Amino acid sequence: MTGAFYPIDRRRHPPAFDDAYKSTVARAPQFPLLSLETPPAERMGPVFGHADLGERDNDLLRNFAAPGSDGPVGERVVLHGHVLDEDARPVPGTLVEIWQANAGGRYRHVNDGYLAPLDPAFGGCGRTLTDAQGYYAFRTVKPGAYPWRNGTDSWRPAHVHFSVFGSGFAQRLITQMYFEGDPLIPLCPIVRTIPDPEAVEQLVARLDMKAAQPFDALAYRFDIVLRGRRATPFENRPEGG
Amino acid sequence: MPYLPQTPSQTAGPYVHIGLAPRLAGLPAAAMDRDAPIAGPRCAGDRISVTGRILDAAGAPVRDAMIEVWQANAEGIFAHPDDPRRNELEPDFRGWGRMACDFETGEWGLQTVCPGAAPGGGAPHLSLWIVARGINTGLATRVYFPENTAANAADPVLDMVEPHRRPTLIAARDGAAGAGAYRFDIRLRGPGETVFLDL
Repeated sequence: MTGAFYPIDRRRHPPAFDDAYKSTVARAPQFPLLSLETPPAERMGPVFGHADLGERDNDLLRNFAAPGSDGPVGERVVLHGHVLDEDARPVPGTLVEIWQANAGGRYRHVNDGYLAPLDPAFGGCGRTLTDAQGYYAFRTVKPGAYPWRNGTDSWRPAHVHFSVFGSGFAQRLITQMYFEGDPLIPLCPIVRTIPDPEAVEQLVARLDMKAAQPFDALAYRFDIVLRGRRATPFENRPEGG
Repeated sequence: MPYLPQTPSQTAGPYVHIGLAPRLAGLPAAAMDRDAPIAGPRCAGDRISVTGRILDAAGAPVRDAMIEVWQANAEGIFAHPDDPRRNELEPDFRGWGRMACDFETGEWGLQTVCPGAAPGGGAPHLSLWIVARGINTGLATRVYFPENTAANAADPVLDMVEPHRRPTLIAARDGAAGAGAYRFDIRLRGPGETVFLDL
């Protein structure tokens, strides 16, 4: 059995309760979490393969557009990066899923009624597996900023939601990626739930001109670090385990 | 050797369905199907269902949450390369699934086989992970089954929980819904708050 995970670093993750992000007020547990060394069940987690994916799942410029369409409106971008753990070990073959608003800041979701129009050529949903070295890449359009009901002047910076599995259920992560240089980042109550400004920087993808596709798409780089695992040379194993 | 810092979590937000359950968001049925069963028809074991709601501090149902489940099969084997008995697994056992709360009622539900006890793994249980708008870091918890009185009493995770909060981790038989039907409500905050785990 592989080892327990290093603890979640609570100095870098947002606390459950933050009254500036109003939705947390009724939904944040009051009791402290019960901390345990990762039990065997949650050291393991689901495994996905290429059979689970479609050919265009990582290409948001094409995966929703009708055949022959020009594709979605917006700034074409490649989002790519490396999934690693705290020991800098690559996490290969793990499922990375993303979702985002279109270039106007509107989500293709039955519950989103923002004024900006839907784009008939854009779904806003993508997924891929990291390769043998832990790298992933998507092609999409840069999402727009949009207002949301928190304060009357709350705007989300342009962002892409990321979901990553890792190799154990306790490594599961959902986060959001922002774009370098966006002046809305430091104003956003959701960004500001993260207490450490250096940790916020970790969510800001950097313009990556070397990965840009000439005469086609700009590129942003976003690396993701999941919890590492303890080594197990001296672990007491349960009988038969 | 320097360790890399963990990437911080952020809320999944209210539109999590687009990425993780696209059909519910209104995307076409063909879009990136994620409907593979937790335990397909060839899996051995008792068929069970678990349904419930997620309630906030006001007792109001959370209608935009998403839950993931991870479990062993009826023999206590996990669909993961680290499980030494993985070769004995049914080919259509994945042991993982995703459920969204209903946009109107907040009800969620899953159908699976009743998990068995894994060697050294304590009492049979389902592992859950909950994300939603207003949840900054996904919440982990577990569902245990009321029939397993002795195994639950010996479970190392339940043992760490204050006795009066243990019932928050044990499903209730849902007699009206028939054999194998359970209810499991999750209370995020306030009276009867569910025990959440930092694993």
